[in-house]
Amino acid sequence: MVRTGQRLLHSLLLLAGVSLFSFVLLSVAPGNFFDELRLNPQISPQTVASLEQQYGVNRSFPVRYAHWLGSIANGSLGYSLLYRCDVGSLILPRARNTLVLTTAATLFAWILALLWGILEALHRGKWLDRLGGACTSLLLAIPDLLLGLILLALAARVTRLPAFGDGLGGAFGSPPAANAGLVSHLFLPVLALTLSVLPVLVRHVRSAMIAALDAPFVQAAHAHGIPAWRVLLRHALPAALNSLLSLLGFSIGGLLSMSLLTEVILGWPGLGPLVLEAMFARDTYVVMAAVMLSAVFLIFGNLVADLFLYWNDPRIRVVSA
Amino acid sequence: MSRGMHGRLRRALWLVPLAAVHLALLFPGFFAPYDFAEQNRDFPFVAPTRLHCVDAAGAFHLRPFVYALKTDDVSSVVQEDTSRIFPLRFFITGSRYSVLGHWHARLHLFGVERPGRLWLFGTDDFGRDVFSRMLFGGRISVCAGILGAAIALFAGASLGVLAGFYGRGTDAALMRLVELFLALPWLYLLLAVRAILPLRIRTIDAFLLLVAVTGLIGWARPARLVRGMVLSARERGFVLAARSMCASDWHILRRHILPQTYATLLTIAVLLVPQFILAEVTLSFLGLGVSEPIPSWGNLLAQLQSYRVLTSYWWMYLPAATLVMLFLLYHRASSALEKRATQVSV
Repeated sequence: MVRTGQRLLHSLLLLAGVSLFSFVLLSVAPGNFFDELRLNPQISPQTVASLEQQYGVNRSFPVRYAHWLGSIANGSLGYSLLYRCDVGSLILPRARNTLVLTTAATLFAWILALLWGILEALHRGKWLDRLGGACTSLLLAIPDLLLGLILLALAARVTRLPAFGDGLGGAFGSPPAANAGLVSHLFLPVLALTLSVLPVLVRHVRSAMIAALDAPFVQAAHAHGIPAWRVLLRHALPAALNSLLSLLGFSIGGLLSMSLLTEVILGWPGLGPLVLEAMFARDTYVVMAAVMLSAVFLIFGNLVADLFLYWNDPRIRVVSA
Repeated sequence: MSRGMHGRLRRALWLVPLAAVHLALLFPGFFAPYDFAEQNRDFPFVAPTRLHCVDAAGAFHLRPFVYALKTDDVSSVVQEDTSRIFPLRFFITGSRYSVLGHWHARLHLFGVERPGRLWLFGTDDFGRDVFSRMLFGGRISVCAGILGAAIALFAGASLGVLAGFYGRGTDAALMRLVELFLALPWLYLLLAVRAILPLRIRTIDAFLLLVAVTGLIGWARPARLVRGMVLSARERGFVLAARSMCASDWHILRRHILPQTYATLLTIAVLLVPQFILAEVTLSFLGLGVSEPIPSWGNLLAQLQSYRVLTSYWWMYLPAATLVMLFLLYHRASSALEKRATQVSV
């Protein structure tokens, strides 16, 4: 209990550090949102200056940071100059879209990886294992970007799935209606994301399973004449779960940040296109909110991983007590 | 013994294609038949040139050749003109290029005589040779990857050694910093550090900045790994023995602790390079890195963002296929190294 409290406090401090660090990074960046207006000869420098004054973009760093902290307290998370609304109301639906996508993909990837990894571990060194190994190597070598593009091309050529127009056009896309064709719109991004996280998971499952199957207690269980499937499910799998649980924590941690590129390429209206656009337009608070949300998830994921481990492995409890 | 040698040789065989690819990317001017900026506006999006051995009359040629190209006046489709043939030549004199930025040369590994065209990977929208652009772009991307990885590894290893060896306050402070960097999503960090720099910059600056940016964001993970290794190496008996003989910190580090980390460092390095190449590719793909007309693998990939290119011109995928091949080789090399490291330690 004390340990959990300490971890929570540590996480909060880390979060504060992350916010300060990213705020500094974004403040150091040259220029601001109104730079584009300056290039327009019909807008006088005084107008731009008064706009800057009105939105407080050139106030001193501590003032802006304090202001931003205050905006967290009231839930608005700052003001988006690009969209002319509170960042909170802008970013939450987008984050929800991202979560729909990543949760589905993570779920599929884990189910597939568990089956595939265990199968490979059982057939270690045989052709099935080699084939699976070759597949994971290939998938691992294909960058997310390319995977998205290939799937997009396939979808456009072969199937009637919505491919969302091309390239970065999705930046302005509106969320798909909840009932009409959500699944068909989800299919492509989920597939791309699943395939991109799958190989790493499969490798971990395989090596964890192999280590567990080689353990003396599994051999002992076999010697006792316990049926093979029971040895697998009751003896080897729980032992292998130990290292996989921390991986699951990382998976949970990455839920908000793993899909940025895939979303941009496949035009899924999640955080990805929004953040990229805000980055180009120097819409600071949108970027800040997205970074902070993702950081919260990452830190929370690590925390969950620790707690899982604590819960699953009695040995750790003994050491820390 | 001989079995062990055999296995080692077989694993080392993976290094041959890896070295070959890097050689080609180091001297793209020599290995590419054309300059990366040379345009042929009459021949946009032409499919890869076909090498023939048997001509239209059915005669066999020992030296492969290509036909001349002609554009059909009515349909504007590019076709082979079987009346004129251009044999493939090796060590041919062609367009001028610079070697490592210092010397100039005109010698190319292969090519065909001029009005003939040899486009191994086809052409892009300006009729530029995609194969040549792939090689020149690879030089930038892979150099950025290797340099970025080197910076990240050097910074990470130094800080990791500092933290692991001196412990206490240094360790605590550095590890908090590592946690901070690891708590930020990789892509956000990449974009945020990139955002500090002006949006539109010259290509050479862009390249150097890319290297610096990617190096800056990647140091945390190696630092943590190295710290762990140093921490365990510090407690070993021989270090205690060296200490008892009044060896200096520097001596202990250099002779006893650092050698223990080399194998792992090499493995990490080989794993980091593709990651850092990917960082360049991602930035250039999004239009934040190297920009036209200078090719890089990122902006070659970015051409696929156009719907027409994506669905109609399969050869525009060939640079990406090369990248995947290179990554496969890197992953192979890293797993071979990993195997060697575990064998040595056992």
